[in-house]
Amino acid sequence: MILAKVVGNIVATKKNMRYENARLMLCEQITPEGDATGHTVLALDAVDAGVGDTVLVVQEGWSASTVATGKAGAAIDSAIVGVVDHIDLLEDPT
Amino acid sequence: MIIARILGTVVATQKDERLKGKKLLIVRPINVDGSDTTGYVVAVDTVGAGFHERVLVVAGSSARLAQGMKDTPVDAAIVGVIDTVDVTL
Amino acid sequence: MQLARVIGTVVATVKNDSLEGRKLLIIQSLNKNLDAQGKPMVAIDSVGAGVGELVFWCRGKEASFPFKREDTPTDCTIVGIVDSEKHVTT
Repeated sequence: MILAKVVGNIVATKKNMRYENARLMLCEQITPEGDATGHTVLALDAVDAGVGDTVLVVQEGWSASTVATGKAGAAIDSAIVGVVDHIDLLEDPT
Repeated sequence: MIIARILGTVVATQKDERLKGKKLLIVRPINVDGSDTTGYVVAVDTVGAGFHERVLVVAGSSARLAQGMKDTPVDAAIVGVIDTVDVTL
Repeated sequence: MQLARVIGTVVATVKNDSLEGRKLLIIQSLNKNLDAQGKPMVAIDSVGAGVGELVFWCRGKEASFPFKREDTPTDCTIVGIVDSEKHVTT
């Protein structure tokens, strides 16, 4: 899984039927220290994440599909599986 | 699989039901000589790994095959604590 | 699948129960000229490979298929040993 910040969402009327009722969030990957990496991914939300939240994004088909739709086999490769409360690092970022 | 070292922990209360009770660790892949690489991944711990230990991380859907991880939505799991790495060639 | 050279071993006493008894090797992937390609990885052995041998390995979930009944968590498994470097023709 990766850490990301929810920066927005996407509305798409015409989409694969398995994406029906899904919340498609625009997420920017962050480092463990919380810095933006500039890498953006789209992930379906399954845990009521909101813009500004730090989240956990799973990037594997079966996991993303079952988390987001309750069933396997959808063409979904990323889903938000958790909202991060806090991150504890062992040492100061250098 | 990759070799990694543990950087820290992640706490998330609001999460997929199937992740309840799982320990989430941030790990950074390292080279076989022990030096750091860039990047990181959040992995579920299945072996009770401790801070500063070198661990084995399995990625992708195979992570779900580790004992205790069946039907869990994860893409990375810590499956071993490394005692030694010998590179002979 | 990719060609690789077995370059070392890994010992891990504490490991997931489903990895019990498995041999962990460090492999360096090779290109068609048998030059190193990418970084070394840790692989599980399914064919009895040893250090120094030229092997090929499988990535992804399919890597667990040699151990299917036991559901082994691996994303990198050595699935064959190349007879010799002469057997790699380009």
